[in-house]
Amino acid sequence: MATTQVNDERAGNEVLISVEQVNKSFPLPDGKGEFKVLLNVNVNVRSGEVLALLGRSGSGKSTLLRIMAGLLPPTEGQVITNGQRLRGANHDVAMVFQSFALLPWLTVQENVELGLEAQGMGRHERWKRALKAIDLVGLDGFENAYPKELSGGMKQRVGFARAFVLEPKVLFMDEPFSALDVLTSENLRGEIDDLWNAGTFPSKSIVIVTHNIEEAVYLADRVIILGANPGRIRGEVVVDLPRSHDRTSDRFKALVDYIYTVMTNPEAEVTGEVAMTPPKVRSRSPYAQPLPHARVGGISGLLELIAEQPEGTDDLPRLAERIQLEVDDLLPILDAAVLLGFVEVNQGDVKLTEIGQDFATTTILRSKDLFRQQVLKHVPIMVSMVQTLREKRSGSMREDFFTDLLDEYFPREEVERQFATAIDWGRYAELFEYDANEARLYLPQPAATTASEPV
Amino acid sequence: MLSRTFPSREALRRLPFGLADVAVILGTLVLLALIARVGAGTLVSFVPPNVLPSVSLDPWQLPYYAGRSTLRMFIGLFISTSFTLIYGYVAAYNRRAERVLIPLLDILQSIPVLGFLSITVTGFIALFPGSLLGLEAASIFAIFTSQAWNMTFSFYHSLRTVPPELSEAVTLYRLSSWQRFTKLEVPSAMIGLVWNAMMSFGGGWFFVAASEAISVLNQKYTLPGIGSYVAAAITAQNLPALGWALLAIVTVIVLVDQLFWRPLIAWSDKFRLEQSAGADAPQSWLYDLFKAARVPKLLGQALSPIGEAINRLSTSLIPQPNKYTGSEKPDGSDRLYTFVLLTIIGGLIIAGLHFVLTTVGLNEVMRAFGLGLLTLGRVLILLVFATVIWTPVGVAIGFNPKLARLLQPVVQFLASFPANFIFPFATLFFIYAHISINWGSILLMALGSQWYILFNSIAGAMSIPTDLREMGVAMGLRKWHLWRTLIIPGIFSAWVTGGVTASGGAWNASIVSEIVSWGDKNLAATGLGAYIANATQDGDWPRITLGIGMMSLFVVGANRLFWRRLYHLAETKYRL
Repeated sequence: MATTQVNDERAGNEVLISVEQVNKSFPLPDGKGEFKVLLNVNVNVRSGEVLALLGRSGSGKSTLLRIMAGLLPPTEGQVITNGQRLRGANHDVAMVFQSFALLPWLTVQENVELGLEAQGMGRHERWKRALKAIDLVGLDGFENAYPKELSGGMKQRVGFARAFVLEPKVLFMDEPFSALDVLTSENLRGEIDDLWNAGTFPSKSIVIVTHNIEEAVYLADRVIILGANPGRIRGEVVVDLPRSHDRTSDRFKALVDYIYTVMTNPEAEVTGEVAMTPPKVRSRSPYAQPLPHARVGGISGLLELIAEQPEGTDDLPRLAERIQLEVDDLLPILDAAVLLGFVEVNQGDVKLTEIGQDFATTTILRSKDLFRQQVLKHVPIMVSMVQTLREKRSGSMREDFFTDLLDEYFPREEVERQFATAIDWGRYAELFEYDANEARLYLPQPAATTASEPV
Repeated sequence: MLSRTFPSREALRRLPFGLADVAVILGTLVLLALIARVGAGTLVSFVPPNVLPSVSLDPWQLPYYAGRSTLRMFIGLFISTSFTLIYGYVAAYNRRAERVLIPLLDILQSIPVLGFLSITVTGFIALFPGSLLGLEAASIFAIFTSQAWNMTFSFYHSLRTVPPELSEAVTLYRLSSWQRFTKLEVPSAMIGLVWNAMMSFGGGWFFVAASEAISVLNQKYTLPGIGSYVAAAITAQNLPALGWALLAIVTVIVLVDQLFWRPLIAWSDKFRLEQSAGADAPQSWLYDLFKAARVPKLLGQALSPIGEAINRLSTSLIPQPNKYTGSEKPDGSDRLYTFVLLTIIGGLIIAGLHFVLTTVGLNEVMRAFGLGLLTLGRVLILLVFATVIWTPVGVAIGFNPKLARLLQPVVQFLASFPANFIFPFATLFFIYAHISINWGSILLMALGSQWYILFNSIAGAMSIPTDLREMGVAMGLRKWHLWRTLIIPGIFSAWVTGGVTASGGAWNASIVSEIVSWGDKNLAATGLGAYIANATQDGDWPRITLGIGMMSLFVVGANRLFWRRLYHLAETKYRL
């Protein structure tokens, strides 16, 4: 078994933070029950490990991190840190934020000193420690600069220095590199990894939240994969590679491919040390099944790209890299394509189906027909919306009617996004028209409807 | 060794005094001396009705009077700021207090401040018997009421919209409530606070002028100041004196702008929340001077141990509570709280109605309502005319960036110029041209409020993207067509903001616009403003209550039924 040397040195395997049976739900607007964000989550953060929480948006990974940091209370269950139940901000933790979260009116030095000042440390000591931390992240010379004078990468370095200076037991990182451009994030990620591997890291372990699969495998010793709706732990993957993880190794590629496959198949079982099947939550209403947030243009763009590949098959990680799309943006499009039966995903490969091939290469009119046919075959919410409109003699219906139905299952923002996606698909498929001023949906003029009988 | 005894070149350069320092020190001394000289006047004895301070029309006294008024303005600003910080903070962080404080603020904002004067003057005089301080306090209170609500709303709003990640960082780094307040909350609210303070300060001149010389309960009160100077000049029918007063107020406004607001705005720019450097930061020569001088920095360093001590003390006194923030859950006692609130509100309404109905009767209420309709008509005419005249001008200015940069400060100045300094000239004009004050008062009300429409039209036109405008030209859209399809939708939301401010200002101004005088000639219009002014003069409490209540009802009603809908339309349909 190839556990790492570094790991063994720090080891002890002491549990620093443990999340026990945590549920989290937010109330839906107008007292319509609640929206479950996390369901029955158990996680241990051990000393000496880098733990990645990997999931798509909506999987509650950031919420989980904030519950562990004591910024959000769990609805049920508890977080144990330092042998005690957490009741407020977790003092064993420092966090690096996606948006850096620097106070723009303080200089680099003052930002780094912030946490020390709160501890009531004297001026001189504060100054000394802050300088050391600033030095560690390679920002000496910038002590008196204001954040707005710095580039994104340098700002995040300040973010790291501010966390390092407190020497927290656990360092939390909430998508720390995703606001940076590709080169900068690559560079900074490498430096953080070097620091950790050198054994001089100012904290005992790291928890990183990310939606970037490669980043997770590169940095983490253990990757916990979260599923969405509601957020839950699907399983974990142990990265059994010596640090630093060699990206070119076959094992690395295999791990990345494996995780890609798992993440594109929400129903698949994640095998690992703690394999568990996700509880199946399926309700009968067509309005309970979320549409992937993908525009028709995005779907057909993706299909055209895949169609250019030999045999209409493409490797997912390669595809993602080629089109420079974040996984969070790519996966919904892919999901939509899978849902509509245009592609199949298998072993980290994506393959066009016959219909998908046809859709990607034909004329606009025919592709509309194909899209309509597939929507009515595979997407219950759209079928239900069209039926509702047909049942009305006026052939029209207020928007509220549908959003109210969605309201039962999603929080307000999500309802709007769901509705917007349904409208986008419905308009393209010429299933219905939408007048934003009157907030009404209409069936298209009779001439057009005859062509669109459901299958 | 010898060379060491001489100051080295670096040491010379490091000497704490440069030209800038001399200027800063001298300036500070002059300011202190002025405040001492002007402030001493507030303590003279005052025993009504025998010993009353009088106002001399000698122009050489004007700088002194202007100083007195300015001092009042700044004391008012200080009180408003303190009030804002406390009230806004409590409203933002105490869920129960919020439910009372925010609607209350909304109501206070709609109540005509000038109608208050009568109540406050009598109250404050009783509080400081035998001293001018009572009148002084009443005037400062009037200024306060014209500034505080806007600032408080802005601060409350900023507190509610502190970027969540910053707030999380501060919680996680264990800042105490005090440190959180000084390092996060006040700084992130700073820009909005400074802008709102500057705007409200501009509006405050109107109230300082109106509150220095008023008649309450058949008693004339005069407080030395530029406003009472104008009032005296009107009684004496002295046109040159009015001219001098006009000159003085212009000078004061420009000075305060240059010496106080410009530097403050240039300084507050560092609190901008955007994480990148702004394109053109506001400039101020005085702020540059301060930055060049070393004295402020040295002073800051010398004082920093005190700041440290305060920080440490406050941290140990109010450490970060070890509980989840913002996790208050509604419980059973909430229902009781709601019930108590409703009972109190109901009781107040009944008591007010009872008071008015038993003393003046329902007929008087109907009369006040009718007068309210008349004044409402004036406000509407004013809005229509101001829109027809100033929107095209504003759009023309806004479409020309060079012109806009040049004229925007001018318009800003006009908006903060107290219109009641122009009233006497307008009154004279009405008298000689035989214009009824019933129509003339519309012009008087417009003098102060129309600028908001112009100001916002410029801003709205500037916000229309250039490519949309070029599209309009390329499509060959002409005049009215272009207005209908592009310009009106483009400036709509800015116009709504301007319109709501202008109408609020106009209602308030109606109290001083519907009754004006020149020497012994009195012009009185029929309207709710004149009704309140008359009642105030006679000390007729039921009518004062009725008048103010009725006007508040009109303002609140217009806001709810009209402006809020337009806002909604602007936000949903016409957002750029």
